[in-house]
Amino acid sequence: MQDLPTSLEIVGVVSDFMREQVLPELEGRTRFHALVAANALDIVRRELETAPSANVMEIARLQALVSSKETDLGTLNKKLSDHIETGALTLETPGLKEHLWTSTLTKLSIDQPKYSAYRKALKENRT
Amino acid sequence: MTKPAEQLAEALTKVAAQHFGGATITDLKRLSGGASQETWSFRTHKDGEAEALILRRAPGGGDSNASGTAVGLETEAKLIQLAADAGVVVPTVRYVASAADGLGSGFIMNHVHGETLGSKIVRSEDFASVRPKLARQCGEALAKLHAVPVTSLPPLRVSPAVEEIARYREVYKTHGHPHPVFDLAFKWLSDNVPEDDRQTLVHGDFRNGNIMFDATDGVSAVLDWELAHVGDPMEDMGWICVNSWRFGSIDKPVGGFGDREDMFAGYEASGGPKVDPDRVKFWEVLGTLKWGVMCTTMYEAFKSGMDRSVERAAIGRRSSETEIDLLYLLAAD
Repeated sequence: MQDLPTSLEIVGVVSDFMREQVLPELEGRTRFHALVAANALDIVRRELETAPSANVMEIARLQALVSSKETDLGTLNKKLSDHIETGALTLETPGLKEHLWTSTLTKLSIDQPKYSAYRKALKENRT
Repeated sequence: MTKPAEQLAEALTKVAAQHFGGATITDLKRLSGGASQETWSFRTHKDGEAEALILRRAPGGGDSNASGTAVGLETEAKLIQLAADAGVVVPTVRYVASAADGLGSGFIMNHVHGETLGSKIVRSEDFASVRPKLARQCGEALAKLHAVPVTSLPPLRVSPAVEEIARYREVYKTHGHPHPVFDLAFKWLSDNVPEDDRQTLVHGDFRNGNIMFDATDGVSAVLDWELAHVGDPMEDMGWICVNSWRFGSIDKPVGGFGDREDMFAGYEASGGPKVDPDRVKFWEVLGTLKWGVMCTTMYEAFKSGMDRSVERAAIGRRSSETEIDLLYLLAAD
C-alpha cells in the first residue's frame, strides 16, 4: 500500500499546475507542447479513474468470448484478435459487437472524450 | 536569418535573376517542414512589380529520393503539371530546380490564395456561403484528376486494394499490440475487396487540409501530391470522407463540409463514371483503418527513441478514434 497523496491526486495537481501557472507563461511551440503534455496527463488521470473497474469487466467479457480462464488483458485481447482474424468470431457471434462497442467507448472516455464520434455515441446512449 | 536561410536566399536570388527576370527576392519565410520536404514562401521583384512564389524542396536542400510511399519532388512537379493539363486546379509549376541551382531537389510554383486550415473551412463564417458547393467541386476535381492518361504518368507505385490491405496489415502485425477492432476491419476488407477493374492516377492524400479553398470560388488548388500512385480512383473519394478529416463536423461526410451525393454528382457531371457508393465505403473503411495504424506507427517512433516528444507519444492514444469510426462503419446496427 502506498502513502498519500494517491497517484490520481498527484497527476491531477500537476495537470492543474501546468494549465493554471505554466501555460500562461509560455508561447509558441513550447506552449503548444506544454498543452499537449497537460492533455497527456489528463489521459493518465482519466485512466486511473476508469480503468481499474472497466478492466475487470473487460476481462470477464473476453473470458466468455474466447472461452478462456486467462486473466491477462493483453493475452485475452490477442486471442480475440486471432479469433476475429480467422473468422471464428464474427459480428453475428452473441456478445462480440456489444463487447467491441463497450471496450472502444471505454478507451475513448479515457483517450479522447471530446472526439466527435464519441460524443455522438453518448447522445445515442450506446454503451 | 539563420545560415541555411541565408544560403537559400542567395540561391533563390540567382534563380530569380535567371528565370524570373528579377534581381531581388524578399519576404523569404519557412511555411512548414516535414520529414519529406520543406515549403518556403518568397517574393520576386521585376519592374516594380512583386510576385509571390512558393518553393518546395528536399529537407536542408538535399536530394529527394522517393522513399516509402512518397514520390520524389521532380515526380511531384511533373504530376502537378499533368493535373493542370487535365483541368485540375493546381498551383502553376514555374521552375524545377537543377543541381546547378544550389537549392537541392525541388520546384517553384505560384502562390495561390486561399485557406487550407480544415477547421476554418468547416466552421468559419467566411466560408458559409461557398460551403454547400465544395463537395460537388471536389467531385469535379477528382473526375479530372482520374482522367489523366495513365500512359503519360512518370513511374509511380501501383497499389490496388489488396496491396494496400497487405501493407497496413503487415505494419499492424509488426507493431504487435492487439486492436480487435482493427482485426474486424481487416477481415471485412479482405472479404469485400472490389474488383480491380479500373486503375488511374490516385492523388493519395485528397482530404480537407490538403485542398486550398477560396471563400468566394471554392476549390482553388489541389495540393500535396507526394502520396500519388496508380490504383482504384475510389480511394480518393473514400479518403476525404474519413471522419478524422471532418474536424468535428461528423454529419458532413465529405471533409466535414458536404454530402457524398453532391461529390458523386460533381464527379459524374465532369466525365467520371457512375460512382458505386459501396466501393467508396470500402475505401473509407480502409482509409480509417490506415490512419489508425499510422497513429500506432507514430507511437513506435517514440518507443524506439527516434522521437521522444510528448506529441509523438500522445498520438498513439488517438488510434481509438479510428476504432469508434470503424465500429460506426461496420457495426452500427
